[in-house]
Amino acid sequence: MITFILNDKTILTDSHPGTTLLDFIRYGENMPGTKIGCREGDCGACTVLEGTLENNKVLYKSIVSCLTPLGNAQGKHIVTIEGVNMKELSPVQNAMVENAGTQCGFCTPGFVMSLTGHGLSEEQSTHEKAIAAISGNICRCTGYKSIEKAAASISELLKLKDISDPINWMVENKFLPEYFLKIGDQLKQIQSNTSTSENNQIIGGGTDLMVQKPEEIEETDINLFYNRNDLKGIRKENDSIIIGSATSASEIMNSEIIQEYFQNIKEHFKLISSEPIRNMGTIAGNFVNASPIGDLSIFFLALNANIIIKESNNSREIPLKNFFLDYKKIDLNKGEYIETVIIPISKSEFKFNFEKVSKRTHLDIASVNSAISFKLIDDTIEECSVSAGGVSAIPKYLLKTSEYLIGKKISNGTVIKASKILQEEISPITDVRGSSDYKRLLLRQLFFAHFIKLCSKSISLNELLS
Amino acid sequence: MKNIDSKNHVTGKSVYVDDIPVQTGTLFGAVFGSPIAHGKIKDLDLSEAEALEGVEKIFTYNDIPGRNQIGGIIEDEPLLAENEVHFIGHPVAIIVAKSEIIARKATKLIKIDIEELEIITDPRVAQQKGHLLTPPRTFKMGNISNEWEKCESIFEGKVEIGGQEHLYIETQGSYAYPIDNGSIKIHSSTQGATLVQKMAAQILGLPMHRIEVDVARLGGAFGGKEDQATPYACMAALASFILQKPVKISLHRLDDMQMTGKRHPYSCDFKIGFSKDYKILAYQTKMYQNGGAANDLSPAITERTLFHSTNCYFIPNTEVTVYSCKTNLPPNTAYRGFGAPQGMFVIESAIAKAACELNVSRRMIQEKNSLKENDLFQYSQIAENVNIGNCFKEANKTYNIEQIEKEIEEFNSQNTNYKKGMSIMPICFGISFTKTPMNQARALVHIYQDGSIGISTGAVEMGQGVNTKMIQVAAKVFSINTNRIKIESTNTTRVANTSPTAASSGADLNGNALLIACNKLLERLIETAAKMLSCNYTEINIENETVLKNSKKTEISWEQLIETAFLDRVCLTENGHYATPIINFDKSKETGHPFAYHVYGTAIITVTLDCIRGTYEFDDVNIVHDFGNSMNTTIDNGQVEGAVVQGIGWTTMEELAFAKDGRLLSNSLSTYKVPDIYSVPKNIRITALKTEGPELALLRSKAIGEPPFMYGIGAYFALTKAIRAFNSNYKLDFDTPMTPEKVLMRLYQE
Repeated sequence: MITFILNDKTILTDSHPGTTLLDFIRYGENMPGTKIGCREGDCGACTVLEGTLENNKVLYKSIVSCLTPLGNAQGKHIVTIEGVNMKELSPVQNAMVENAGTQCGFCTPGFVMSLTGHGLSEEQSTHEKAIAAISGNICRCTGYKSIEKAAASISELLKLKDISDPINWMVENKFLPEYFLKIGDQLKQIQSNTSTSENNQIIGGGTDLMVQKPEEIEETDINLFYNRNDLKGIRKENDSIIIGSATSASEIMNSEIIQEYFQNIKEHFKLISSEPIRNMGTIAGNFVNASPIGDLSIFFLALNANIIIKESNNSREIPLKNFFLDYKKIDLNKGEYIETVIIPISKSEFKFNFEKVSKRTHLDIASVNSAISFKLIDDTIEECSVSAGGVSAIPKYLLKTSEYLIGKKISNGTVIKASKILQEEISPITDVRGSSDYKRLLLRQLFFAHFIKLCSKSISLNELLS
Repeated sequence: MKNIDSKNHVTGKSVYVDDIPVQTGTLFGAVFGSPIAHGKIKDLDLSEAEALEGVEKIFTYNDIPGRNQIGGIIEDEPLLAENEVHFIGHPVAIIVAKSEIIARKATKLIKIDIEELEIITDPRVAQQKGHLLTPPRTFKMGNISNEWEKCESIFEGKVEIGGQEHLYIETQGSYAYPIDNGSIKIHSSTQGATLVQKMAAQILGLPMHRIEVDVARLGGAFGGKEDQATPYACMAALASFILQKPVKISLHRLDDMQMTGKRHPYSCDFKIGFSKDYKILAYQTKMYQNGGAANDLSPAITERTLFHSTNCYFIPNTEVTVYSCKTNLPPNTAYRGFGAPQGMFVIESAIAKAACELNVSRRMIQEKNSLKENDLFQYSQIAENVNIGNCFKEANKTYNIEQIEKEIEEFNSQNTNYKKGMSIMPICFGISFTKTPMNQARALVHIYQDGSIGISTGAVEMGQGVNTKMIQVAAKVFSINTNRIKIESTNTTRVANTSPTAASSGADLNGNALLIACNKLLERLIETAAKMLSCNYTEINIENETVLKNSKKTEISWEQLIETAFLDRVCLTENGHYATPIINFDKSKETGHPFAYHVYGTAIITVTLDCIRGTYEFDDVNIVHDFGNSMNTTIDNGQVEGAVVQGIGWTTMEELAFAKDGRLLSNSLSTYKVPDIYSVPKNIRITALKTEGPELALLRSKAIGEPPFMYGIGAYFALTKAIRAFNSNYKLDFDTPMTPEKVLMRLYQE
């Protein structure tokens, strides 16, 4: 049995936990306000809110219901457009009307949900954050300018928000119906329900598996990791940051521990899919998916991350770079799963950069991505790690390039020489994300970009090209 | 006035086809399409699929009681393949099952044995082999062969233009069920209710009156549901008719993308000649249109390419030929602009090439050759009320083009890692269906006893706001509150023989029909009022829901007037029929007066290019647009913004990739990218050119749907400018879309 609250109603269902939340809402509960656009998390027409009880508070975020296995809703508050409707339009709905942010209307409920979710966050609203909230919503009619205006006016209203208790404020200010005030107590009544078998197909946020094989998942026995609190969270331990395998990309980018070491983390993660997908996708999910262009894989490869792999009572620790064996082949046996990701952090200052280019800058899969970390001690490069995606059968740790750079003085010449070694390490193929020639050129450019960005005093594009 | 649907949209209450509550016993369909792009069907084994629990029936062409034919213009397209398949996704069978999941699963159990035939995806290859959908068509003016030698300079070049996926967020869908008298009712997400009705009748072997088609609204269409909604409506109707049960077909996105046609890719050659003072003396182009496997709307799209092949320029000597080529891709179809964007892209490329080689500005050539009053279009229509010159003037005044050029030059001289580029994109777009008989429409108006009004027209609401404009028309004629007026669904039993809502003409045609109906009713109401007040007809007016006598308020309210009229047995229902006057076109001579009027405008597009990464951001799109006398600036500006962004998407990031075997590689939203909120221009500014507006436009408010799409063409030329600012070795070429891949390769071209 799966138990959750859908809008103001408690749901008890014996539907398969691998059914999509979207189908359950539309066809099981006959609430057609949530739309089907693409069934792969790329349009946002099916966006709903997910409320989770944490420390006696309900925290909300936007998710795409097309990729959410119903089982992930266990113990949550799921909110659809029907669940935010009141007698009068909410200020979010009103702003969309007043700014003509809706034309054909098919994508509109998704936008309304994303913007309402933005209002529920425990952060001060800014125009930028409001836009980020709708970064996963595609509109084919308006050209977005009217929606930007709507978002700006909503953001203005939200500036008055009490961020210590957004739900109460949102209800008081008629953004939400009153029943939201009782949800916390209702969620407490729901017993957790995590009986699973270790040999089942593990599913995290669903952002890959539910795209690849939704029909199969609907019939398979699955092991839901998404709500496994024991596998979530980020903590500092000695010289390491430890990240639980079921931690989402959003949780990583919003973590104060991570932000302390990676000041540009938000900028970097903004290039990774969209807000609702980051809210769902887990770090280990990105690793085991083993896509050669997995953004998180590339990101953490350059940080020399280790992973702890667990099987019942045994565990082993391996470097992430040894985890990827061949195209979609990983060092993970049946019954094993990733428990934690360990990032070594040194006390002295280090430089880090992440680059990604895709056909569309946001909410797209990379043509090529790359990350680098190194230390610069008296202009000498130390402890350097470079990774690149989209240029090999696996997310690639560029061993030779990294080794070459270590001990070298930073100079345009060094970077040029390294960029040539790099070319020997890669073997990109031509596919829908670009020709092999393009990917070679692009990786060279992104490699240059790392240094132009991190060492702007000594490295310049002009010099690198001359 | 805001779009009347807005409140229902933001609350998720607006009903689309898949939202209609289903009747008990509803079955769900999925389409089995050919896995091979061209071949002969040797064997089709349905046994395993049929045996799957929950599968009700699998339909093939053998089950069609009527004619297996859905070709709208030319009868060359079966609903279900018989002996041959011509593209991947070519519908072969329809599986109807208890759920959509079962139906989709069953498609994977169908076994088909196909003897492969030669696959052609390149239109030039098709033309060489004589595979044309229709004979080539040529528009000519003057005499180019004599003119070349008079030219001071001549430029030739090749242009590759990519297609475009509509990506309406609501996929194709329909819901059909049996109703009384052996009839079938179809809810379809279609722009053309009558076309669905006609084709379903043909498939089922029924007279048209046995098919009722109802359209509430579409979740986006952009031309993609003009012709291509029809097959899926016919399939649902077929299954429903045979099984006598309700059947719903809602395409999965992947099927929709693989099976349905798109904007036509074109491959073109041009030759352009100039006088010493940069006047275009002669222009010749051969365009190879990739039509796909069947005609669909290609003949009409070919025609519009020809009509717009000189954009807003007067060129005394032209010869423009389009070959509509048959390839093994899904039949390409209508898409906002309907062939005009491709025609216009070629002439703009020719001008860009000349400007580059002559080292003069593209803008100078554009302005110098712009149409003037009474110039002749290639098709012999005289250009009247030409506004392109005024648009240029207004753009200069409002946006100061020279200043923009100066700023960009300065920026580029100071920056290595980033370069900016700018381009001007003027447009001229003819309004009317080029097939003259289609320029007709009807409206049905009921005034109910309580004074409320129900209106039906042939127009389909798809987000463009046509229903809102219809309300405005009626509210204006009767001078009553808009909340008294309701627009009914588009239904073939209320308004028959409709043209599809397309060609930007939905508001003009249906609105004018509505005007006629409302005016007839108004006349009768004024007669009633005159009778009530015992005065002359000419003394009466209705204003703000009140009857006026000699411009003075009376006691008679709108509601009283209607009640009295009803009791007096005055007919409170009226039909309006409108047929656009003046227009005509003689295809045998390729001359006539095909357009009611033309829409003009110009856009200035600026872009900033990241020369390290090959990515780009559009800074500004500054537009002067000729709306006529816009009847709804909110809706019209929304159309401009949406069209511009879609146009920029077409020329930049939206890349259709087909494998050599005809398979669409960019077959999902993760591989086919349309603009998101971060990729749109930072600013889109719209200035309305002050004009009276033409009489043939609804309330002098010009048609708006398609023309601004073509501003997006400017994005391509802004990008090439920026690339050249970084890499002077870059040899200007014309190959859309200009993706970050193409940009980077050109930035570092040696």
